[in-house]
Amino acid sequence: MTTSDCYNHLNKEDLLRYNRQIIIPEFGEAGQQKLKESAVLVIGAGGLGAPILQYLTAAGIGRIGIVDFDEVSISNLQRQVLFNTEELGQPKAKTAAEKLQLQNPGVDFEVHNCPINSQNALQLIAAYDLVVDGSDNLATRYLVNDACFFLKKTLVYGAIFRFEGQVSVFNALKADGTRGPNYRDLFPTPPPPEMVPSCSEGGVLGVLPGIIGSMMANEAIKLLVGMGESLSGKLFVFDALDFSTFKLNIEANPDNPISGQHPTIKQLVDYEAFCMGEVKEAPIKEISVQELKARMDSSLVELVDVREDYEYEIANLGGKLIPLNKVISRLSEIPRDKEVVMMCKMGGRSKKAIELLQKEGFENLINLKGGITAWQKEIDPSMTAY
Amino acid sequence: MKIKITAFGIAKDIVGGKHLELEVSGAELSGVRQELISQFPDFGKLASLKFAVNTNYVDDSCQLNENDEVVLIPPVSGG
Repeated sequence: MTTSDCYNHLNKEDLLRYNRQIIIPEFGEAGQQKLKESAVLVIGAGGLGAPILQYLTAAGIGRIGIVDFDEVSISNLQRQVLFNTEELGQPKAKTAAEKLQLQNPGVDFEVHNCPINSQNALQLIAAYDLVVDGSDNLATRYLVNDACFFLKKTLVYGAIFRFEGQVSVFNALKADGTRGPNYRDLFPTPPPPEMVPSCSEGGVLGVLPGIIGSMMANEAIKLLVGMGESLSGKLFVFDALDFSTFKLNIEANPDNPISGQHPTIKQLVDYEAFCMGEVKEAPIKEISVQELKARMDSSLVELVDVREDYEYEIANLGGKLIPLNKVISRLSEIPRDKEVVMMCKMGGRSKKAIELLQKEGFENLINLKGGITAWQKEIDPSMTAY
Repeated sequence: MKIKITAFGIAKDIVGGKHLELEVSGAELSGVRQELISQFPDFGKLASLKFAVNTNYVDDSCQLNENDEVVLIPPVSGG
């Protein structure tokens, strides 16, 4: 916020221009003043970006940043109603700012004609009070979520696919000073890329971004004015095909890799690689049965056994029993703060379990080479072999 | 036990429609996940998806009641 914004009180023209919202009791002159003193960063000037930008501009936000590196193309025009046929090939962020400036000369626009990435995201976002994400790919969504979390900024989220839209508010400041749930509480890690088609791959009904983007602008204005209840802690889902809506409660996920009980992501990462599933897999540490025996003789060793109940009954080393197919749903039962030896009958299933868990951010797991079978043969022949 | 499934996004493509009734043996939500993966192998690609029951996101240890609605909402990225 610049110094002039802080002392920039509503003038006579403002009172006229914004009269229809100022006369709403919940909004009032105070609400308008707050909008005028606010700075909002809108990521993506596409389908969602168009209504977000148009309504935030019209509402009288003091300063609006627009991030988009793309140019207007003909397949955009079916839904990106801010642009017209004469603007094909023009840079979106700059073209949008020029047109929006005509709609409302009182708004300061900042054009960021570049991709947002791990190198520039923190600097870009730090200069604004609120972020509205209308980007079109999963890598940017995780990037913006994580950057907003690290910078303690509230994020208005929306995304679309064919006839469906999602809206939420992430990382919102709560009355007790803590922050609300974020994107990773819903989706801690991305599914494979083919499971998340973009608009260009999966298609989108032209009117849908108009609906969802308008809802996002509504949330942004409510948050800035401080009126009503935001979608913090809720995911709103809309299906234009049958007009069904859901509003689901999101809670903080203890396994969230940035804000959970044991965060493993402490700075921005390479989100392209992360969403393509290209994250380099960490090698799997191993321990022999002799080494494990020596350790168990000298100290307490945390053991997790990923076999089935009936196998455990035949022979076990007293480890916590979590069958392989339950490992992901029982993540929170596996310690992250000390070394844990994972075991099964021969060492194959426990290796698989470690691969799954390392994807969830575990770095403390060791595989028992040869499994309980090796233990029976080499350490304790009195144990039942099976 | 009969469980109602409501699917959004790519999950709708995988299970072949928005609404589906699923017969599951146990009462734990993890059974629904396993049943979906066994009936629709592609659902395995969404194996880490968090499920909502009625209006709340819950863990897989959640105990279901007859006619509960399990809502599948995969991430969508379009803008």
